[in-house]
Amino acid sequence: MTGTSPIPVIDLGGLLLISVRGELEDDEAVVLQTDVTDAVARTGSRGLIIDISALDVVDSFLARVLAEVALASRLLAARTVLVGMRPAVAITLVELGLALEGMTTARTVVDAAAGFGVTLTAADAAEQGSP
Amino acid sequence: MSDGPPDHPTRPGSRVVIGLLRRRREQIAQRWADLPLFLAVFTVTRDEAVEACHAVVDSLVEVGESGRVDDLEAPGFHPIREQLVSMTASRGRSGLSIGQVDREVGALRDAVLELLGAESADLDAEDVAEARVYMVTLLATLRVVVIETMLQENQEIVARQRQQLLEMATPVIKLWDRLVAVPLIGMLDSARSQVVMENLLEAIVEHNATVAILDITGVPTVDSLVAQHLMKTVASARLMGAECVISGIRPAIAQTIVQLGLDLGPVTTRATIADALQWALERDRRGELPAPAARSSAHRTGT
Repeated sequence: MTGTSPIPVIDLGGLLLISVRGELEDDEAVVLQTDVTDAVARTGSRGLIIDISALDVVDSFLARVLAEVALASRLLAARTVLVGMRPAVAITLVELGLALEGMTTARTVVDAAAGFGVTLTAADAAEQGSP
Repeated sequence: MSDGPPDHPTRPGSRVVIGLLRRRREQIAQRWADLPLFLAVFTVTRDEAVEACHAVVDSLVEVGESGRVDDLEAPGFHPIREQLVSMTASRGRSGLSIGQVDREVGALRDAVLELLGAESADLDAEDVAEARVYMVTLLATLRVVVIETMLQENQEIVARQRQQLLEMATPVIKLWDRLVAVPLIGMLDSARSQVVMENLLEAIVEHNATVAILDITGVPTVDSLVAQHLMKTVASARLMGAECVISGIRPAIAQTIVQLGLDLGPVTTRATIADALQWALERDRRGELPAPAARSSAHRTGT
């Protein structure tokens, strides 16, 4: 369903969830970008939640990929929410001038889902790996 | 320092001085041990003070032999640096100023010159004069070495206290469920605002906060640098999924910000921390709290 990307795109029914679990190689990031856009188009989802709480480092390339995923998804009528960014990552991105201005953010997957009017219980959030 | 003639140990003056220091090592140490500099530091036994004096005399001999009597970095001084640090620290703790310690170190010279005078009866007058100059230079260098170690010690204390101040001055308070606040007091420089930013972002993770209040009531002035730091903090918090509100902007500061032409951009601001709290709680009641950045960022992309 998700091709060769090591990261599964989980369909929560109207919402897509991606949990990035480790450092992404550049080519993996590109595959992920394609997979996600395909999945958004196929499912007609309203929202896309990207959980990056496991990432210690977000370089400028990954930041650009995430921003592009958000822009492409918006063209397909899905809003992207970035979830669980770590302090060090946030500081680095701001210092690099990559404030991801167009991107919606939330603290946890539960918060992000609530932003789409979907109520997840806290137990679900724990399974999905929000901080 | 380096352009003078080298005080080579073979010259008569330096030979006299080194010979004196070697021969009278015990006598010098006994005299020095009675001076306040050593007496006040090594209070347990006199032997301890004499031992310390031996170390200093040996060190002076080594410096004299190397011919680098006016060189602070002379290898001969290295063995006693640590001892000097503990001695000056002890004197400093008993409330002596640098000047007072300097006078105490200066007193060492008189004791040695006295011995030199007693020995010089059967020596050539020119050699004696040269030996005096040599001895005075050597002890003056020791004096500067002592002052230098004392200053270094003081600088380390200042650095340590600055670090403590940084840690104390930036508490993060949990005001409500998923709501944290940082009351900032005093001038914000880049080091401090970095600490503030890190503490605040860590607290956002710890409390899973959706709103963070930065209260700048205690910040005397807001210039473009401070504004930039605040904006960075707000942007970082937003990336982490928390909304940052800046409160405590006094009327005078608001005017300054406008007059400086600073653009706080999309940052939410309130006059007092109470207003900020009310704003956060109203959001909560309307159910907007869980996705704070969704609204502001949608607003931004709209413009």
